[in-house]
Amino acid sequence: MPGFDFSNYNRNAALHARGVPMPKATSTGTTIVGCIYDKGVVIAADTRATSGPIVADKNCEKLHYIAPKIWCAGAGTAADTEFTTALISSNVELHSLSTGRDPRVITCMTMLKQHLFRYQGHIGAYLVVAGVDPTGTSLYTVHAHGSTDKLPYVTMGSGSLAAMSVFESMWQPDLDREGAIALCSEAIKAGIFNDLGSGSNVDVCVIEKDQPTQLLRNYMKPNERGHKERNYRFPRGTTAWLNQKVISKEDMKKYVTVETLSGDPSLAAGEKMEVDT
Amino acid sequence: MTSLMDHPSRGETIGYSFSQPTAAPVKEHSFYPYTDNGGSTLGITGSDFAILAGDTRSTSGYNINSRMVPKVFKIGGDDETGEGAHILLSVVGFAADGNALKERLDTVVKMYKYQHGKSMSVGACAQRLSTILYQKRFFPYYVHAILAGLDEEGKGALYSYDPVGSYEREQCRAAGAASSLIMPFLDNQVNFKNQYIPGSGEGHALEPKKAEPLPQETVKQLVRDAFTSAVERHIEVGDHLQVMIITKDGVEEVYHPLKKD
Repeated sequence: MPGFDFSNYNRNAALHARGVPMPKATSTGTTIVGCIYDKGVVIAADTRATSGPIVADKNCEKLHYIAPKIWCAGAGTAADTEFTTALISSNVELHSLSTGRDPRVITCMTMLKQHLFRYQGHIGAYLVVAGVDPTGTSLYTVHAHGSTDKLPYVTMGSGSLAAMSVFESMWQPDLDREGAIALCSEAIKAGIFNDLGSGSNVDVCVIEKDQPTQLLRNYMKPNERGHKERNYRFPRGTTAWLNQKVISKEDMKKYVTVETLSGDPSLAAGEKMEVDT
Repeated sequence: MTSLMDHPSRGETIGYSFSQPTAAPVKEHSFYPYTDNGGSTLGITGSDFAILAGDTRSTSGYNINSRMVPKVFKIGGDDETGEGAHILLSVVGFAADGNALKERLDTVVKMYKYQHGKSMSVGACAQRLSTILYQKRFFPYYVHAILAGLDEEGKGALYSYDPVGSYEREQCRAAGAASSLIMPFLDNQVNFKNQYIPGSGEGHALEPKKAEPLPQETVKQLVRDAFTSAVERHIEVGDHLQVMIITKDGVEEVYHPLKKD
């Protein structure tokens, strides 16, 4: 059962024809960039996800894993970039297992463009694909309709113009690792500050031959939250209630297994969540 | 964004049980004179003051036109600096209409003083602004205006308007892009909505917390907190916060930095 489920298509088209609006997808109105240097390639992204004019996520990850030495930066519809890269990552791994060779960036780029072209732009994934393979260092852009580019420095997303202005004024052909990271993060910052669809932090990924790939999550944080001037903690009893029902642990045990955890929060299972204080 | 809306012709090929509009829609290319320049404003009154605040970002789409376009103005001042003004106006929405409206009201208040030899009261100015807005009922000023000053008793006065002149005197009001984010915060923190006095009663007898005029310092803090939060979640709000406070001693104007992303 491969592919998408279209079973709601007719119902939704009928609903839409009667004036029910289509649901709004979270788009990563984004700045993503990439730049090759003497020994490898750097890609970078901002961390803002938006839904219309509202910020949906202040610190999302737009750098996606394809293979250990192939990474992807995604702009466009958040779900599409996420699932397309995950699918191609899976197929790239199977392919390299079957061939017994390290995966190539051009293979990955070709799989992406063929997948996206088949869906005629309905999969809204705009990607920067970068990596090193036995043939050397490569950097590509892939558009949602299936067109691709191979360039020494690239930008995509709503902040692409702001970012490209940095590349066009500061890029030089003989960049080293530090220079490429600095240039990419500067380009992302141009997007963060001058494009409303981009914001918050800078994520960087450095891929180099004979060196483990480095994902520099929140490499720069130029937009720390301002502090609150007042305390918004309510005194206990502020919220009105009309009745209460106490369910004891003994009651719960009749229906489910109850385990008591130690109060130590560091032992709590699952990933820690980021919360504003 | 991927959607079915990109293919209006698709619906015609499907047989629905309900009738479909058959007439081919004529594609009309017309001039649309309005733009949305984003931004947000906020006004709160106290017993002897009124505060009007707004961010200074001007946007169009995903672009920033300018990081310093003030949205709060002094009305009826003696010179172009607004010195001697006793009324404040904030306008948010379409910036060009906002400026035109501000200029009109400023002229009206000045003319009043020249003709009558006394300053216009805030209540009179509020009624006049409503008239100005309604005169353009069928080609409106695309703005949400807030007027602030001190009433005859010296109490803070705040009037908020819709684009065609419906107005009301209020204790507090948020307008513009982030109004839906700020207004619920104001309801809770200024009018103490959904807050009850702990232990004052059981069930329906529990007493709601009474709203009373807040001290100036508290209001200033609330305004700054409202905007630092709005900036976090709304892309069209940011850069600087312009705050104007009107008291019996005159108008004080301050700017605070906001996030620039």
